[in-house]
Amino acid sequence: MYLSEETREKIKALRDKYPTKKAALLPTLHLVFDECGYLGTDQLDEAADVLGISRLEINEAASFYTLFPKHKVGKYLLQVCDNISCSLRGADNLVGYIKEKLGIEVGDTTPDGLFTLWTVECLGSCGTGPVMQVGDRYYEKLTREKVDKLLDKWKNGGEDGSSKEPKQSDR
Amino acid sequence: MSEKILFKYIDYPDQDRIETYIKNGGYTALRKVLKEYQPEEVVDIVKASWLRGRGGAGFPTGVKWSFLPKDGNKPIYLIVNGDESEPGTFKDRQLMEYDPHQLIEGAIISAYAIRCHTAFIYIRGEFVRPAEQVGKALQEAKDKGFLGKDILGSGYDLDIHIVRGGGAYICGEETSLMESIEGKRPLSRQKPPFPAIEGLWGCPTIINNVETLSNIPHILNNGAEWYKSFGTEKSPGTKIFCLSGHINRPGNYELPMGVNLKELIYEYGGGIIDDRPLKAVIPGGSSTPILRADEIDVNMDFESLAAAGTMLGSAGVIVMHDGTCMVSALQKLTKFYEHESCGKCSPCREGTNWMNKILKRMLKGEGRPEDVDLLYDIAKNILGRTVCPLGDAAAMPVIGFLDKFRDEFENICNGGKPKGTIHFPFN
Ligand SMILES: Cc1cc2nc3c(=O)[nH]c(=O)nc-3n(C[C@H](O)[C@H](O)[C@H](O)COP(=O)(O)O)c2cc1C
Ligand code: SF4
Ligand code: FES
Repeated sequence: MYLSEETREKIKALRDKYPTKKAALLPTLHLVFDECGYLGTDQLDEAADVLGISRLEINEAASFYTLFPKHKVGKYLLQVCDNISCSLRGADNLVGYIKEKLGIEVGDTTPDGLFTLWTVECLGSCGTGPVMQVGDRYYEKLTREKVDKLLDKWKNGGEDGSSKEPKQSDR
Repeated sequence: MSEKILFKYIDYPDQDRIETYIKNGGYTALRKVLKEYQPEEVVDIVKASWLRGRGGAGFPTGVKWSFLPKDGNKPIYLIVNGDESEPGTFKDRQLMEYDPHQLIEGAIISAYAIRCHTAFIYIRGEFVRPAEQVGKALQEAKDKGFLGKDILGSGYDLDIHIVRGGGAYICGEETSLMESIEGKRPLSRQKPPFPAIEGLWGCPTIINNVETLSNIPHILNNGAEWYKSFGTEKSPGTKIFCLSGHINRPGNYELPMGVNLKELIYEYGGGIIDDRPLKAVIPGGSSTPILRADEIDVNMDFESLAAAGTMLGSAGVIVMHDGTCMVSALQKLTKFYEHESCGKCSPCREGTNWMNKILKRMLKGEGRPEDVDLLYDIAKNILGRTVCPLGDAAAMPVIGFLDKFRDEFENICNGGKPKGTIHFPFN
């Protein structure tokens, strides 16, 4: 078993929530991701069985969505936006800086398994760019100093990337 | 500052909580509607207000609603589009995060108007906190009897579900969005049939943007004539303009439709960073054709921008100063569309890939003189030949950049150095 009893129960609860069973597919992907941190074929197959849809269906849909890593990633998945507005504000330099600091390329994970670095498309936070998403949170108006502080905090076992601090209005 | 409608209470402490929202006049429109109006009357008021969709296309909302079949026996669905992924756009996030009840009240009234009993709010997967905020607000609304069975004793029932996306721009396109909710691999559908006739699970479906529906309570409270007193005759109301890029005060600005772009950039946005000369502006999100600095004396409404050869789109205003290399900027956008193409039709799937390849070749200094026309030709051949409008969205910026900055592309293809100081690494 790749999924906990709790997640399996949650998936079962979704089965009757929507007009069709299949409509529970995307919410199920979120549940699997929340528990495992990525969507592997084993996890997906099991989720499909619990939901009562075909394994092919779930894999076919899951492979489309880029939000979910398909392999195990570092404890902190740094997703830096490198689309146009953030780039005009120096996102690319920042990506270079993070690469140098962590000693990895985009797409890679540090040997200690702590950090994975990704570049992603527009996060819908262009007014406060450069921005990166780590776990549930956005880190906005990034500078090298801010990146230094965050990486240090996480290296020293600080709060994890999914903590939910209230954000300030960016206006 | 002019009068605000949607952002009036956005900075008000605890506006996300139902008590505060009610104290600030919230849910009075819903009470009034359920007591005084038949569904058709609500549709008529929204039609009369000439509210136009804020998701990009600007289609009149009331007119869209009236396309629903009058006598069908299938259920009718409402989908609130909170996928917000067009580069340069970041308004719906704030509306959902800081004033979720305004959206929910708008959604309930709209659902009542179209006789819908099950609605969905589709929120892009990255927006974790906005989804939590909307979720919390839905529960509060339910607890107060604004949602669920027999709303406020009117006999009207409505459930609203949140669906969180999985990180795919194409899911903002209405037909792909429906495939996504249905649990399929979200490839866009061929239209017609239009969603109002055959949408979610083959049933009549209305899809509206977050900002569009957030206007609804205000229109029902104050009337169509009041709403039309804002903005221009054909584009009434206010609009949230998202300013980003090389601008001193980036952020969201709610202003009447038709505000002048120059004023928006220099008065509201505080001008260009480091007081540098302006080079170009993308006026309505990444897919709208670019304007040169000498073309920004234009009003920001659907008609004026169309007359200027571009579009209001999602009103994501992306500002670039003289240091920006246009080839590099266009490659960023093209890479995005290549990445986000759903792959269903070849002009879009192959065309975006070819265009990105050519642009990368140019940036590497390997461009050939004929590449400029080749790029133009590919873009022109995508236009109007695809299943969904993403193909056009990818082609329009290419055509726009080439029309306005052809010399930079030619220069690079003839062995010249790229212009400007800002060059992005490309992949
Ligand atoms: C590629 C593509 C992406 C889109 N993304 C969004 C989006 O993120 N949010 C949105 O509201 N509309 C988006 N739209 C427009 C929707 O298809 C639809 O027209 C809109 O949600 C209708 O709402 P409105 O009439 O209130 O504007 C997109 C369209 C296309 C072609
Ligand atoms: S235009 Fe692009 S995104 Fe739209 S259906 Fe065709 S391949 Fe898919
Ligand atoms: S371009 Fe980075 S958040 Fe939009």
